[in-house]
Amino acid sequence: MIIHAIFFYLFAGICVGSALMVVTSRNPVHSVLFLILAFVNAAGLFVLLGAEFLAMILIVVYVGAVAVLFLFVVMMLDVDFAELREGFLSYLPIGALVGAVLLAELLVVVGGWAIGPGIAKAGAAAQNISNTQALGLVLYTRYVYYFEAAGIILLVAMIGAIVLTLQHKPQVKRQNIAAQVARGRASAIELVDIKPGQGLP
Amino acid sequence: MTIGLGHYLSVAAILFTLGIFGIFLNRKNVIVILMSIELILLAVNINLVAFSSFMGDIVGQVYALIVLTVAAAEAAIGLAILVAYFRNRGSIAVEDIDLLKG
Repeated sequence: MIIHAIFFYLFAGICVGSALMVVTSRNPVHSVLFLILAFVNAAGLFVLLGAEFLAMILIVVYVGAVAVLFLFVVMMLDVDFAELREGFLSYLPIGALVGAVLLAELLVVVGGWAIGPGIAKAGAAAQNISNTQALGLVLYTRYVYYFEAAGIILLVAMIGAIVLTLQHKPQVKRQNIAAQVARGRASAIELVDIKPGQGLP
Repeated sequence: MTIGLGHYLSVAAILFTLGIFGIFLNRKNVIVILMSIELILLAVNINLVAFSSFMGDIVGQVYALIVLTVAAAEAAIGLAILVAYFRNRGSIAVEDIDLLKG
């Protein structure tokens, strides 16, 4: 139990610290790297909670895909980030005030609230199957429509991202496969009957 | 020194607050605002998984999976809009995004 507590405070501390660095870092590349650190430590918290599958998904999806996407965009756009940081300090007091009020309210809610004794552990899951198996047993049977809706959401996001960023440059020569396939003998070859001694006109 | 549900909820509350704080602090930089939204969604996921674990109900993790999917889709679309906007205007400062103001 003491090991559990030590790892909880380790993961939670690094997660909160790197989240703070995400929002206060001067360089957006550093922000993205701290975001990756925060996600990895949140995955550690998930492992402590017994949700191994979601922890692995968090690392694969966020660190492998989303954070790299952020990194690409930050490095691809030629933006003067120093200019974007103007007024950083003038927004600090109001941001800190709103954040402090929100945090105090949330912690009051968390502290002054308890689960009813009859509700806790009501639907205790079977302990002899793994987390991934338990998740699959409900995800592919009872919640299969949610699963398919998630797939449709990802499809829409993929098509939307391609449509938004794809650009056709008119001066670039492209291969027109339909025209190539449709090209036949009639359009490709012209027979010219040349009279002897006259040549081509 | 046992770690209960309240500890995890406190971490999620702090992460959520840091996300809100980041939106206030970096209100000129859309990229950092998107990262703050990712932090907020991560806090929501920690809440869902903590409740799921302490209640012994796996459905919370199914919901966390859906939230994860939506967060990934949102990041992809947001960054695509950002790239398209940068191509058109050459800037991503929030106060320059006022074409609809007329």
